[in-house]
Amino acid sequence: MHDGWVRRGAKRVKAFVHKRALDRELDEEMASHLEFAIEENLRRGMSEEEARRRAMAEFGGVQQARERQRAERGLPFLDVMAQDARFTLRTLRRDLGFTIVAVVMLALGIGANVAVFSVVNTILLRPLPLQYSKDLVWIAPPPQKCGLSCATYSVDAYNEFKAQSRSYEDVTGYFAFSTPDNLRLTGHGEPVPVTGIEVMTNFLQTLGVQPALGRLFTADDGRHGAHPVVLLENAYWKRQFAGDPAIVGKEIDLNGSPTTVVGVLPASFDFGAVFSPGERVDLLSAEILDDERLWGNIVPMIGRLKPGVTLAQAQADANRVVPHLCWGERNPQSCGSYAKGPNGGMALRTLKDYVSGRIQRSLELLWGAVGLILLIVCVNLSNLLLARSAARSKEFAMRSALGAPRSRIVRQLLTESLILSAGGAALGLGIAYGVTYWLTQAGSIALPLLSSIRLDRAAMGWTLLVTVATAFLFGLMPGLKMASGSMQEALKDSGAGAGKGLRHGRIRAALVISEVALACVLVVGAGLLLRSFLRVLDVDLGFAPDQAASIKMDLDYSAPTAEASVSKLSQILQQAIARVSALPGVEAAGIVDYLPLGPNRSWGVPTPQGKSYSEGALPSPLVYVCSPGYFRAMGMRVHGRDFTWDDNLKSQEVVLINAAAARVYWPGEDAVGKVLVSGREQLHVIGVVDDVHASSVEDEKGWQIYYSTLQKSPSGAQLVIRSKVPPATLAGSVLRALRELNPNQPAAEFRPIRTIVDRAVSPRRFFVLLVGVFAALGLILAALGIYGVIAYGVTQQTQEIGIRIALGASRARVQLGVMARTLGLVVAGLMTGTVMSLAVGRLLTSMLFGTQPTDAATYAGMAALLVMVALLAGYLPAWQASRINPMVTLRNN
Amino acid sequence: MGEAKLDLLQGTLDLMVLQTLAAMGAQHGYGIARRIEQVSGNEVLLNQGTIYASLVRLQQRGWIDAAWGTSENNRKAKFYTITKRGRKQLAEDAAHWQRLSAVMGRVMEQVPGDR
Repeated sequence: MHDGWVRRGAKRVKAFVHKRALDRELDEEMASHLEFAIEENLRRGMSEEEARRRAMAEFGGVQQARERQRAERGLPFLDVMAQDARFTLRTLRRDLGFTIVAVVMLALGIGANVAVFSVVNTILLRPLPLQYSKDLVWIAPPPQKCGLSCATYSVDAYNEFKAQSRSYEDVTGYFAFSTPDNLRLTGHGEPVPVTGIEVMTNFLQTLGVQPALGRLFTADDGRHGAHPVVLLENAYWKRQFAGDPAIVGKEIDLNGSPTTVVGVLPASFDFGAVFSPGERVDLLSAEILDDERLWGNIVPMIGRLKPGVTLAQAQADANRVVPHLCWGERNPQSCGSYAKGPNGGMALRTLKDYVSGRIQRSLELLWGAVGLILLIVCVNLSNLLLARSAARSKEFAMRSALGAPRSRIVRQLLTESLILSAGGAALGLGIAYGVTYWLTQAGSIALPLLSSIRLDRAAMGWTLLVTVATAFLFGLMPGLKMASGSMQEALKDSGAGAGKGLRHGRIRAALVISEVALACVLVVGAGLLLRSFLRVLDVDLGFAPDQAASIKMDLDYSAPTAEASVSKLSQILQQAIARVSALPGVEAAGIVDYLPLGPNRSWGVPTPQGKSYSEGALPSPLVYVCSPGYFRAMGMRVHGRDFTWDDNLKSQEVVLINAAAARVYWPGEDAVGKVLVSGREQLHVIGVVDDVHASSVEDEKGWQIYYSTLQKSPSGAQLVIRSKVPPATLAGSVLRALRELNPNQPAAEFRPIRTIVDRAVSPRRFFVLLVGVFAALGLILAALGIYGVIAYGVTQQTQEIGIRIALGASRARVQLGVMARTLGLVVAGLMTGTVMSLAVGRLLTSMLFGTQPTDAATYAGMAALLVMVALLAGYLPAWQASRINPMVTLRNN
Repeated sequence: MGEAKLDLLQGTLDLMVLQTLAAMGAQHGYGIARRIEQVSGNEVLLNQGTIYASLVRLQQRGWIDAAWGTSENNRKAKFYTITKRGRKQLAEDAAHWQRLSAVMGRVMEQVPGDR
């Protein structure tokens, strides 16, 4: 029997598709049927007319027979739907203005929802684009104030951890202290700066990344003295090498040494997108751990759990292993140091959590905001449809009088909603596509995985869901309302003045109030975030980012002895800084190895001379190595004195510390002239500088210590220049000056320091921008809603207003009346909205900066804004009401 | 006209059509309708047009086939024939129908008070 059903179903579908041909065939068949009948009747001796009449009577209704046969052979349900759809399209074409407004509103609502869903899906819902995503854990010490050095492990600790842990298939890591443009590619015209990251040779295998071309690193690539090899990032391969498929096995020249390209990474894996959002990474090189054994804490660890091992088990395993880890194996006192101190131990989290945990809240909020937008759109459309249904109530009463069942009318209305919604979705997908494309190209936003956002199958599914839900949400109410209305009343109701109109008006007023309330919540949310953002921009960074720029300097100061190399370096730097400082427009220049708001490191715990502290009581300050002139170039205030070119290896060792460190070392005293002891070194404090926000604009300030490049060798050199003219205009002359001294200097990017700050605040800017746009959208929609209801009210009351004017009411009074009604709606909405906002505001607390969730100014601003917008929306109908000509309206009815 | 005719039960028309085709061979819609009227002695209330819903249903189930042809008086018409599966179905349905009508007959023969 089932078999029969399936076969018949298939035939029904086929019949549905070939409807026209089958109809024609049936008509022919019925015509021949009638002719047979007439012929037989004639033979029986009837007159021609009688024969035809009898034949028709015996056949019954031709149209009915046709309908029954169609219903039997095809898909009657779809037939009705197609009919409804055709009818709807005709109606909507007649009412083009309404259709356009509705579709545009829906497109904005659905588009915003789909775009945000794609972002949420990529960053939060989908696993990371790594084969073993769900088994990967980020292994790091608990968060501390001493920067990257306290978030990483030494090579010895890594090896020990890997050997002793039982939870992992494999443990890997990468060199965390790379800076942008840290390599120089030569042999392709001018030297080009390249950003490379050193990863352990098992890095990609552990994560589960397969090469697009060539091979991954092997253990041999990581041995001391191995020939240098790199893997190219897919985007870099396309950009720099035009996607050359024969690149594998070729030698390229990096930092002067020939390096073999062993492979190309797949487009689906971008190191930067996962591990350093907002930064471009061009290639990966094989990390040679033996060479980096004495470099201190340099690698964050990533482990792939064995099947069945939970995060909690891995954590317990880590707690067991940590006390056995040594910072340096040859230095027995360093053993166990990772477990000591207030922040000792290890905090495991999933890699996914490490990558996207920080912005989870923000994304959820964004998701909520677009949900609100869609809700406002629905309320608005419900309202529009109700207004339309008032005008169409007679049409429906007529149809129902002619025998259409209620269900058919509700279905017709829902078909209308669905078609509007589908139109909105089609346009909305276009909007969403534009937004997501923009996001994938906006490389400067420091959010992870942005480049892999696209409208995938999940997004399409979401679109479908949202579209249907929306259609039901805004279509059901007017539909039920329409179907439940008494048709006699509708047929009798001759327009204005009837009681039904009033009841109708009340529902619409309630809808507008809820719309205003929802807009309130959006505006308050956006306001709070905006104020937080302004507070963040106001933060005293400790340096002056404007009018300063930096360029990565290529340095080669290799010499047989350490001393010789330091003096060679100081010679190079002194020359370069003198040259650059002499350029017209340059106010100051200096170099530093790590710029603020980027990677940073610490070198142990110096103690003030003559004092003793318990272990862990003193901070480990962040270390910067800089040249004379750096503080002036960065716009940092110095109390005491700056380094000079005479503070060299022959003189005593000098340092500057920041104010926060000075307060800890010598509370209530002037730190200048005091001495810090670090191991066997005596560090003379010659100055105190402003606290710099080292890791993030929003974090508390930590402790910092500055060494001179003339006494300690820097890891890399960023030349910072302060100028009166826009830094970009100096780029050429600075580069020329550097090239004269060092022909190998690559054409590195001249980065305004402002962009570094911008990148650091970019996630916040991104969220503020989006929530702000959504709030503006909400406001506009609410204004439309208010306008719609008030204007509708005015049209309904035309007669009444006409009479009042005829009886002597002044036009100003009429206007005032309409405006008062508008204000009444808004105030009711405001009150509801304020209560809702207060409830929602608490959810925002963790995302605010220097702003209370109950911030009075934000609420006052929101109220003022909404009232202003509402009055604007109400003014037009009020003006129209006051122009009503009593003679015309009275005569009309 | 005027006298009460039997309203057709759902499905009985299908059975009548199958039986007619089995008995008469290829036949067009008008022929089938007329045949049913004649055989039933005009007892069956049949709008002849309703036969086409029945025909398409049987055709989709694979119990009858249809092909255009010409009648003896040279008129173009669509001729229906019963298929092998149709005959099997007819045998089953006819047996079922006869059992049902026998049962109905016995039930309806009861006289009030009879125990």
